[in-house]
This record gives sequence, structure tokens and C-alpha cells, in this order.
Amino acid sequence: MNNKPKPISQPESDKYWNGLKNKEIWIQKCKTTNKYQFYPRVHCINCTENDIEWVKISGEATLFSFAIVFLAPTPAFTDDVPYINALIKLKEGPIIPTNLVNINPDPEKIKIGIKVKPVFEKIDENLTLLKFEPSEQTSN
Amino acid sequence: MPNYNKLKNISGNTSIVGVAESDQIGKVPEKSPLALHAEAASNALDDAGLKFSDVDGLFTAGWSTLDVAEYIGIQPRFTDSTSVGGSSFVIHIAHAIAAISAGYCEVALITHGQSGRSDRAPLSRHDGIPMIQYEYPYGIIGPPSSYSLACNRYMHLYGEDKTREAMANIAVSTRKWANLNPKAYFYNKEMTLDDYHDSRWVSWPFHLLDCCLVTDAGAAIVITTKDRAKDLRKKSVNILGIAEGHDHSMISQMPDLTKAFGTKTGPQAIKMSGINLEDIDLAMIYDSFTFTVLVSLENIGFCNPGEGPEFLLEKNISPGGGFPLNTNGGGLSYTHPGMYGIFTIVEAVRQLRNEAEDRQIDNCNLALAHGTGGLLSSTATVILGI
Repeated sequence: MNNKPKPISQPESDKYWNGLKNKEIWIQKCKTTNKYQFYPRVHCINCTENDIEWVKISGEATLFSFAIVFLAPTPAFTDDVPYINALIKLKEGPIIPTNLVNINPDPEKIKIGIKVKPVFEKIDENLTLLKFEPSEQTSN
Repeated sequence: MPNYNKLKNISGNTSIVGVAESDQIGKVPEKSPLALHAEAASNALDDAGLKFSDVDGLFTAGWSTLDVAEYIGIQPRFTDSTSVGGSSFVIHIAHAIAAISAGYCEVALITHGQSGRSDRAPLSRHDGIPMIQYEYPYGIIGPPSSYSLACNRYMHLYGEDKTREAMANIAVSTRKWANLNPKAYFYNKEMTLDDYHDSRWVSWPFHLLDCCLVTDAGAAIVITTKDRAKDLRKKSVNILGIAEGHDHSMISQMPDLTKAFGTKTGPQAIKMSGINLEDIDLAMIYDSFTFTVLVSLENIGFCNPGEGPEFLLEKNISPGGGFPLNTNGGGLSYTHPGMYGIFTIVEAVRQLRNEAEDRQIDNCNLALAHGTGGLLSSTATVILGI
């Protein structure tokens, strides 16, 4: 993990990254449109108002798409391949980029649309990543 | 919204009068990226019968025009360093004709030089951008990761088997065109369907042979008014319609993974040009991946969403087929230094001028070139006519 890119949290995203350290998922909701958004911003991307609140969510989600990386994009990921990149769709609407874990990286076994749940992967004292795993055990 | 009355007024008023690559493309470790810019610029001006001193507008991406102009030794009066990925150089055509039409400059030079294979000082990005903050930590890094996520969504919606067959078809057909182009990286190397299916996985669903090359190459384009073009060296190619735009940067923010901004730029460019899509003789579609071609053809409007595979089979995109596509061999098999868009224009102009030698198609009067940049992020569509 040493050389993997680490997020440089920005002022508007501190609450998101700090939340993950406590195994909590906080995302933004616009009070005007009632729409959720990811990633955190200073304004609502649907109405451009800045009347937004932070909401703690469960992480209930479905798999929107995935891809299986066999050629590491940087040397830091060499030991991880094959690993599964995923886009998951939160129950609240937004799509989050992540990894699908705890399932074989076999395209025949992974189905778009399956339910997934959060896995908090502590990297170090300052960083926890939000990954996802299938909600129900599959026969892998 | 676009003002079509104004756009139609400038349709056809400007022409591409010079195109060229750098002296060598492929593996060129002995030349810097700026050297490739300068070499291609010199060659394109020579193609047009113009000199560096004639240039008053400069357009480039990946570099600031400050550095490119200084290295070349010119003092442009209109500059644009718009850099939104490999489509940028197609987008520059729109900016160039706007600048020429408004009177800011008369001879626009678009340059590109990139040593994707051999660069001693690769470009970097600001670490604070959302893509690096939210995608990179998970290893969602670079085009294969991102485009493969879009491709698998496409497969889910429309069927994996027929999508795979279409991608194999694009890879093999494009290689056949490269086998006719002496400048192509894979000029001397044929590809079978078995080669395609047997090639290793890069980011499933992408095989290695779904992915473009990484080369060293430069290219340049010269644009001027239709009036001035009449006195120049080669048959000029008219810019009939062009449109540009983007709708996200990182893949997880793409509004619809199977509908890139080509859904907007394709129809807009066609409408500006006043032609019908059915009249296009040549399609030069940015092929960062086989999938990029498939989804771009649908987005532009050549066929309906999900019907790209059937369209490709019906039309036949190989040499001698009914739908000439990426006749230079594309980013897949000719060259792709990192940003490829400008090369779609170079080839379209050569085909329209009847200069494409062994790969020349018959009766090429109208060409469409389509650039895609970033992570399916930005597109530009241009209609060129002779």
C-alpha cells in the first residue's frame, strides 16, 4: 500500500473522509431539491444553491458496473491484480467509484445489479477507504 | 444553445490547407515532445506552401502555447491551449474557425507532439483534483480502467457476446487498414480473430488488442480562409461543420456510461454542415479502445443505441467494405502518442485529397472525424468536404 495514491482531502471533503475513519458514510443532500450528491461540493450541482446538509447513510447500494484489472496501472498495484474496480449506485442515487471485494474476480460470477454493502478498509491512522462487498454470499 | 444561423454563416468559409505528421512516428526516443511539435508544424506548413512567418494563430494541448510558440519561434496574435484530452485538437478547429471568422487571425496552426512511449518528463496533474481524490486511491487510474467500466455497462444493457464480437471486428478490421499504411506501427503485422481473443486481459472486458498503442508522434494542421486557400499548394478541404463539448471528467461522474457527449456534438456538427449522415464517405472515429468506436458511432447517430454491432456487420468496415472507418489504422494500429485526435484529421484530409495511396477509398468527398478525450469526457465532431 505504501506507494498507492492517497486522497488529499479538500476543505469541502474533510467530513466525508473523516467519517470513513469512524466507519460512517456521510454524503451531501440539497435542502432545496432534496437530491443527494457525491462527491462533496460547496453547492448543489442540480440547483447551484449552497443550501446543503450532510446526511449519514447506511451504504445500501447496488453494483452499477465493474471491471477487473489485470495490468496494474502503477507499480503500487502490482501485488493487487487482479482486482475489481466498481461503480456502485447508492440507494440515495449517487454513484461512487470503489472496489468490489470479498468475491472472486471472475466476470462469470459477478453480476451487475447485485446488492452490495460497505466494507471499511483502514489503510492507516489517517485514511480509511470505502469498499463494497456482495450483500449475500454467492457460490464462489 | 448554438445559434445555427450564425454557425451556418461560417460553414465552409475556412479550409484546412496543410496537414502532416512529424518526420518519424512510432518509437522516436531521440526527439523531445516539443521537437515533434516543431517538426510536424514545419511539415504541415510546407504541405500548405506557407512559412512560420505566415502563422498568426497557435493552438495546442498538453502544453501551453507559450512554450510551443517560443520553441518554434513564432509570436502568435491569437492563442488557445485548451486541453481536454485527445479530442482537444479537433476542438481547436472550432476555436480556430471562430477566431478566423471574427478576424483575430488568418493562418491558424494546430500542433501536437507527445512522446507517450519515450518521454523523459511526463506531464502530471494537480493532486487535488477530484479524480485523484476519489478514484485513484482505489486503483481506478487511467483510460483502460475507466473505459472498461463503461464498456461492461454497455455489455450489461445490450449483450456481452455481440459486443465482444463487434470489438473483435473493430480490432481486426482496423489492423487490416494499418497493413495498408507504411507509417502505421503495425504495418507489417497482421491480426487474426484468434490473436484478438487470445490476447491477455488488461482490464476485463478489455483484451490487450482492445487498447490503443502508446507511441511517440507529432502532427500539425494549418487552417486559413477559403479565399486565401485558393492560392496555396494543395487542394483545400473545407470545414463544413464542427461541434465540441464535455459533460464530466472522471468516469464515475459520467451522466450515462453509454452516451458520451457525441450525442450532442454529432447532431450539432451535422446540422451546421447541412449534410446528411448517410452522405458521409469516410468516418475517422477516435479509437482509444475498440469500445470507443462502437459507442461513438451510436452517439453520433450512425445507428441506434445498442445497434452498433449489427451496424458494423452489415456495413463491413474492412478495406473494400461499405463503410470506410479509420483508414490510417487508427490509434489501435497506426499511432497513439497519448492524445490522438489530430491524426483523425490528418487522415481525413489525405483521403479527401486523394493522397492516401494504397488505402485510398473511392469517391471520398465528405468525411466525418470524431474525437473523444479524457475518460469518455469530451468530444468534438467535424465535417470536412472537398
